[in-house]
Amino acid sequence: MSQAARTSKLNLEKYGSLLALVVLFVLATIIGWPYFIQIENITNVMRQASYTGIIALGMSFVIISGGIDLSVGAMAAFVASCGVLFMNYLLSKNGGNETMAIAGGVFAMVFLGGVGGALNGLLITKGKIVPFIVTLGTMSIFRYLSLQMANAGEFASHSQAFGAFGMSKIFSFKIGSSVISLSTPVLILLIMAAILSFILNNTRFGRYLCAVGSNSRVAQYSAVRVDRVRFWAYVVIGLMVGISAALLAARFNTVSTPNFGLGFELDAIAAVIIGGTAMSGGRGSVWGTVVGILILQIIQNMLNMAGLSPYFQGVVKGIVIIASVYIQRQKQ
Amino acid sequence: MIDGKNEIILRMEKINKDFGGVPVLKDITLDIKRQEILGIIGENGAGKSTLMKILSGIYQPSSGQIFLNEKPVKIESPVRARQLGISLVPQEFNLIRDLPVYANIFLGVEIRKKSGILDKAAMKERTRELLAKLSVDIDPEAYIEKLSAAEKQMIEICKALAFHADILILDEPTTMLTTFEIDILFKLVEALRDQGMTIIYISHKLKEVKSLCDRTIVLRDGVLVFEAPTQSVSVLEMAQRMVGRELESVFPPKTMPLKEVVFEAKNVTVPGVLENITFSLHKGEILGLAGLVGAGRTEVAETILGLRKMTKGHFIVNGTEMKFNEPAEAVAAGISYLSEDRQGSGIITSFSVLKNATLVSISSYCSPFLRVIDKESERKKVKEYVQSFRIKTESLDTLLENLSGGNQQKVSLVKSIDTKPGILIVDEPTRGVDVAAKHEIYHFINELVKSGISCLFISSELEEIIGMCNRVVVMREGRIAAILEGSAINEEEIMIHATGVREEVAS
Repeated sequence: MSQAARTSKLNLEKYGSLLALVVLFVLATIIGWPYFIQIENITNVMRQASYTGIIALGMSFVIISGGIDLSVGAMAAFVASCGVLFMNYLLSKNGGNETMAIAGGVFAMVFLGGVGGALNGLLITKGKIVPFIVTLGTMSIFRYLSLQMANAGEFASHSQAFGAFGMSKIFSFKIGSSVISLSTPVLILLIMAAILSFILNNTRFGRYLCAVGSNSRVAQYSAVRVDRVRFWAYVVIGLMVGISAALLAARFNTVSTPNFGLGFELDAIAAVIIGGTAMSGGRGSVWGTVVGILILQIIQNMLNMAGLSPYFQGVVKGIVIIASVYIQRQKQ
Repeated sequence: MIDGKNEIILRMEKINKDFGGVPVLKDITLDIKRQEILGIIGENGAGKSTLMKILSGIYQPSSGQIFLNEKPVKIESPVRARQLGISLVPQEFNLIRDLPVYANIFLGVEIRKKSGILDKAAMKERTRELLAKLSVDIDPEAYIEKLSAAEKQMIEICKALAFHADILILDEPTTMLTTFEIDILFKLVEALRDQGMTIIYISHKLKEVKSLCDRTIVLRDGVLVFEAPTQSVSVLEMAQRMVGRELESVFPPKTMPLKEVVFEAKNVTVPGVLENITFSLHKGEILGLAGLVGAGRTEVAETILGLRKMTKGHFIVNGTEMKFNEPAEAVAAGISYLSEDRQGSGIITSFSVLKNATLVSISSYCSPFLRVIDKESERKKVKEYVQSFRIKTESLDTLLENLSGGNQQKVSLVKSIDTKPGILIVDEPTRGVDVAAKHEIYHFINELVKSGISCLFISSELEEIIGMCNRVVVMREGRIAAILEGSAINEEEIMIHATGVREEVAS
């Protein structure tokens, strides 16, 4: 193989998913003309992508470290339920400062997410149980705890401002009849992606994540505290779940326990894989995951516009996941 | 039998191979005769393994033609190679640890009954026959993970012999074997030749090639530079042909250690593995750890690193009593380890040269806050290492899987010493490494010791134990059989203690 051929192959591996996104975008523009390309629609797609996207960022870390987390959707429902309850409690307490109550609720969700992740991490590292089983178990625990608490109903927030925060935009301005805007969850997704990407590529922890995921035995012999690295990967995804849960709870200003975060694990894992991260661990890209979640969301948007039922959308999503892994295999 | 003896079974004509534009083999033309043992020697990256991988269908040549029995053939896969009667015993083991011996030998070519169900009895029986032929005592139903390295090697050879093979390629087959096992292997190889097989024998151990092979060829930088009947060349000449220059003395002069004791093991006991291990290591000393395969040498290192739990005893590092629960703690105490199992626990093959080199020492390139890596200083340091160790690599970002075994070992050594350890444990530091690189590694260890590092030197190669060490701990069956000093450090004395033969005679 010549040098040039090798370079282009590397680039395909690195930018393959980005290329797919561009192709898909063009395709969506043509098929969905003129609705898809409208700025409101794009803005909407971006916002919808950000909730699962933030979790998918954490999922990248977990998968790179050689693990998996199936509990994210259920955990989101649980921490959102607890957070909304806590916020309502703060509000009811001696009249309550609403801003403080919202801050308290959001903090509780992020904190609880971290705790939930730590629980997964401890069971996996100290308990020496494989991640698939641990998170399958906690998925059930978190989901049914939430359902039990709400009697399978919902927890409505008592704060209007929380709901307003969920719909908030960082900026928006008009061009002709269209409004260009950046909503809060999208900004947070981008900030988190930048932070996690920096951690992965420029810090010792990032290096260790890849080492542990590539060959944990070599990592252990090389003085890497393998269990600690894996533990922190689960804490990171827990924190991402907390952030996402807070944004999503605010979006609806309520937590419907049967539906909240349902299927997020599927979307998050799919985004990571579509983004080019190796399922076997050891290497991956955070920005690739962002591309992956956008691809998923655009496909969903196209199917929506085509008038397909949400059930059928799930079928297509499954096909896309399998196809993307298949294409990656062929490249290797 | 004599008829076919001089006929050419395999002919390679103008074989070229390059990786990413870098030529690895240049115009190799070679005739291999039926029923000969052909030795192939050469330095790291000289192209020996690449050539054999082409023969066994793992790689395709960039150009050139292979003729088998005078007919041109294309060996497009390992399966095809096997069909053509070419079997390779690889340098690195290729066995599934969770399967028993017989299942490994018949992996992919299982014997089945008419109903389609596995005929386990037949496979076990055939395995038993094969093992008997090699005169090794291994249970066909034993699981691979329970076997020693030497036994695994035997299983690999069995695997190659399980099917009709005209040409058997052995890539560094003796690196894991004891002297006794090497004798068995040599007798077997000679017997196979006498039965009509052609054997290609790749080795760094020139004495072995000298005593075993009928003909020897030398590769240097991808070129076939020398070819002669083995009888007519001396070991020294072989070495010089390989390196392409005169060799200085192989081992550097020994230096005197200081009185100061930097490390002690006291009554260290790991049930069923080690018993009452007690020794001390002085500053600037190279302390050898010799013994047969399975004597517990590597286990001593693993216990020091905290990978094995001891029930009794302790270590004293620079006067302080210590026990380690994991390698990270040992490294923090200034102890570093070069693993015997390069691919299993030494290096990450899917990581670059750069990332491997600094895997242990990465903290020293990081900011105290958030541990952000200073990539510039990291690159600069590794670049220096690549130059001073003469590591052959396209760039710092080349993945280790694309480097030859010897260069991988150099990276592994860099990784172990970049933490600036006070105590360096090297385990088979020259396994699978050629003469010139060995030379470099010996001198490098010697330089480290001169600078005040103390070294625990684990090796199965008596020559290097004798050539390098100030004192030698000889182990047998998990115990210390003797600690030898001065003139007592010789082959005979070490083997007596390692095998325990003298005691048996006495009793």
